[in-house]
Amino acid sequence: MLELNSLQKTYRTGDKALNDVTLSVPEGQIVGLIGPSGAGKSTLIRCINRLVEPTSGSITLSGRPITGLGHRELRAMRRRIGMIFQEYALVERLTVMENVLSGRLGYVGFWTSFTRRYGADDISRAYHLLDRVGLMDHADKRADALSGGQRQRVGIARALAQEPELLLVDEPTASLDPKTSRQIMRLLTGICAEHGLPAIVNIHDVPLAQQFMQRIVGLRAGQIVFDGAPSALTEDVLSEIYGAEDWHAMRRGAEEDRAAEADSVAHLERIGA
Amino acid sequence: MTDASHRDTWRRHTQRQGLTIWLAWLGLVALTVWCWQIMTRDTIWFFVTDAPTQAADIGSRMWPPRLSYLPELLWPLWDTLNMATLGTMLGILMAVPVAFLAARNTTPSALVLRPAALFVIVASRSINSLIWALLLVAIMGPGLLAGVIAIGLRSVGFIGKLLYEAIEEVDSVPVEAVIATGAGRAQVLDYAIVPQVLPAFWGISVFRWDINIRESAILGLVGAGGLGLKLQSSLNVLAWPQVTMILLVILATVVVSEWVSARVRKAII
Repeated sequence: MLELNSLQKTYRTGDKALNDVTLSVPEGQIVGLIGPSGAGKSTLIRCINRLVEPTSGSITLSGRPITGLGHRELRAMRRRIGMIFQEYALVERLTVMENVLSGRLGYVGFWTSFTRRYGADDISRAYHLLDRVGLMDHADKRADALSGGQRQRVGIARALAQEPELLLVDEPTASLDPKTSRQIMRLLTGICAEHGLPAIVNIHDVPLAQQFMQRIVGLRAGQIVFDGAPSALTEDVLSEIYGAEDWHAMRRGAEEDRAAEADSVAHLERIGA
Repeated sequence: MTDASHRDTWRRHTQRQGLTIWLAWLGLVALTVWCWQIMTRDTIWFFVTDAPTQAADIGSRMWPPRLSYLPELLWPLWDTLNMATLGTMLGILMAVPVAFLAARNTTPSALVLRPAALFVIVASRSINSLIWALLLVAIMGPGLLAGVIAIGLRSVGFIGKLLYEAIEEVDSVPVEAVIATGAGRAQVLDYAIVPQVLPAFWGISVFRWDINIRESAILGLVGAGGLGLKLQSSLNVLAWPQVTMILLVILATVVVSEWVSARVRKAII
């Protein structure tokens, strides 16, 4: 069970990306987060594993607080939260297997990871996951030798290698063609169902969200304006979320992206990574 | 089309801009003429007109190269190659930590260690290896070791600067993804940053090795051993055919090192 309580995020530029967001996601539920660009979807999921530091409010996962953790506890918490990215975010020059095993970095010591001598459990889990996402034959290829859909499957396997309690998924299909997008969504929802894994999925494709999500949350200008079943997503609701022609929100979107980037770069600098 | 109402002249610059540009060119030409006059005031024109004769004279004394001198050069050549290679390794060893301290996205402390690392890089780069060798020969006496250290100290700045720029240019998205798995700092370096800078690292190192071979060939001039030492002794006794032979050996070495580094760079891209 993930709980967000009156979460706020204000960027240093003064941009209010999230405004009083309260949300709870029970075990096994797949939530689709929709909204125009700049509504704060990306900021919201990055606040949950604190790649972006929330300004105020609290987040708890299975009753344990995520906000206010020190460096060491934060690492331990992050390994329980798998994340899947829009541009796959694989390390292209490493092999597929190394990318999947990098999901175990929060569990193993530096020397084990540096020498690539992972334990038998980790290796058999990695092979099992590669088999599950249909990439068994590609384990020793370099990640940049794969197609977009295959890379996203590696991204999914990496997130699952963490044995997560929660999946954060940021626009998983934005870089894929419609057919591959459906395959990836089917794989993702299938895996979540198998493990009873809750997930928050940022998605800008409304029909895709309606087809695969159990619950839809609509975000507009950092606030939740809709929360309900996919079937309740009527034209009226959609125009409330997206606006008939909201040019202002679109411009803000570009600004928010820039602010988010600057913020996360600053954050990376701070932790010296 | 309302053709009658449009102008039929167009200039890239306004009249005022055009005049400014013209005056700037005029000033530049005047400056050149003036500098030429100062430069040639003390020239003894007899020497200049005599230069072709002098060049032909030295040329005739340098030719043919003394081939029998070659066996004597092989050992110093080996020294020179070792000096360049060991010096490059020493430079890499020192430059890698300095580069990670200097890169904005990997430095543990932007206020203290980053400026310190940048200072090391600038200090190393601002002193030519010939000067480093001169200092080191004075400090620790003549010999190869002084040459190796001189090459190493000069290489730190070069490799450090190019490497830290490569580190700052890594794609931050995979870095974010590895942090999100709960990886520690050293693991983030190992899994997200090092793989991205590795091709640049090899390219830079081989490039510097290539430069160091040229530089180490002349370090002997100040007593740091290798081919330069032979060059100096040949020049001292005006043994021009031997000088030619040494220059040919240096040329051949540089050609070979150029070829090797081109092959290595091709292999890693």
